[in-house]
Amino acid sequence: MNSSSYFDGLSGEVIHDETVPARAPWIHRLKTGETLRIIDLEGNQAVDFLLYATADDAERYSAQDTIAAQANIFLRTGSVLLSNEGWPMMTITGTSVDYHDTIGGACSCESNSLRYGHHTKAQHSCVDNFLEANLRDGRGKRDIVSNVNFFMNVPVEPDGALGIVDGISAPGLTVDLRAEMDVTVVVSNCPQINNPCNGFNPTPVRMIVTA
Amino acid sequence: MSALADPNAAREHARAMGGTIVEAMPILPPRADDIPPGVAPDDLVWEETIAAGGYASRTLSRGTRLRLIDLRGDACASLLLFNAAMPTERLNIADTVKVQWDAYPSTGSLLLSDMGRVLASIEQDSATTHDAFCGASNEASNRRHYGDGSNSGAYPNARDRLSLGAAKHGLGRRDVHPCINLFKGVRIGADGAVTAQLGPFGPGRSVVLRAEMNLIVVIANCPHVLDQRPWSVTPLRATAWRGPVTPADDPIRNATPERLRAFLNTEDLYRS
Repeated sequence: MNSSSYFDGLSGEVIHDETVPARAPWIHRLKTGETLRIIDLEGNQAVDFLLYATADDAERYSAQDTIAAQANIFLRTGSVLLSNEGWPMMTITGTSVDYHDTIGGACSCESNSLRYGHHTKAQHSCVDNFLEANLRDGRGKRDIVSNVNFFMNVPVEPDGALGIVDGISAPGLTVDLRAEMDVTVVVSNCPQINNPCNGFNPTPVRMIVTA
Repeated sequence: MSALADPNAAREHARAMGGTIVEAMPILPPRADDIPPGVAPDDLVWEETIAAGGYASRTLSRGTRLRLIDLRGDACASLLLFNAAMPTERLNIADTVKVQWDAYPSTGSLLLSDMGRVLASIEQDSATTHDAFCGASNEASNRRHYGDGSNSGAYPNARDRLSLGAAKHGLGRRDVHPCINLFKGVRIGADGAVTAQLGPFGPGRSVVLRAEMNLIVVIANCPHVLDQRPWSVTPLRATAWRGPVTPADDPIRNATPERLRAFLNTEDLYRS
């Protein structure tokens, strides 16, 4: 996919365009009505994603409220990302991936020690990215809650078996999100190398904001 | 002039209420005639029936067993758990399902913290319908379903109940983390669809949690967020007793490599 097509279907003026390096955190504020496009540049790169109401960051994305309201665990075009107080924060206005995850949470040094063993303790993780971005913005560990994982695939089998499996994204696939309130977006471009969420190879993602 | 116009009369009036017994109340000191064999009555630490639409919160020490009974088959116990010594450590429901590769916590499952430790084990579960996905109702959702969701009204919501319970341990809105709902369940379809299992169920289903850390426990008992019936919830009984800290040969501790490492991390916290 050539780079100009990354803007296809976006309306309005591009007010921000940034490539987030592999393994890095990212924080950005969007005003109501602005649109964020996330581009999975090289394919199957999990983008761990949290939202805070800019005016009152005790209000934040709630995976559970979002799942309950749509009675579905998968995020698709039309899904409304709700806050912990039940208010729309962002709407997925379009995505070229079938669905995205919001039950798998974020990797951490601590959960890696359970999932893979204590030898992974020194590896970088999404929770450390979330902490870094939030600490600089006046938030802390209490503010980290269940997140969205764009471009990540976590099915649930009939017997309840649940796990991060091979991705269903591909190079150049996108998700577009419209801000329904003024929001602070906090992202971890996932550094996980112990499961298929990044194809065992963390890669950059691109963030385009239009107004 | 009212008969309660002077403080002495008001005192008599107030004191005359003492000894009143209702269904939803704590029993002090705790007393229960159905504790398991081998548990000494002196080891009871908590006996309370939580009202329909009510909440409770308290600390429980490591090794304590907390038995919740859905007395009449329509309770929904929304549960928050914190490390009492450091409440920034709390239940992480995503890690709980992901680390154990299992969407449906039941007997033998661990409730994991965000620090890779086990807050509590599910030691017994006669219900098996629980919900790690839909979370608490809130003021907005209750207003949509019932016309009102306020704490001061007839249809209080689980999130605000949890907020009050957490606040009594010095916690605030930021601390009302994603919860697990006990007794009301969900099942997930291949297309991601969530189907709620709301009952009402038979009376007396129970869950026994084993505290693996010193905990702050916050419980709200409000209708499940997906419950479309007119307001329907029944009282929830909580009984807790002291018990031994989980030994090295415990079958839940050793059931899987992930669970064993969660216990190793927890035991490391208490190593001094």
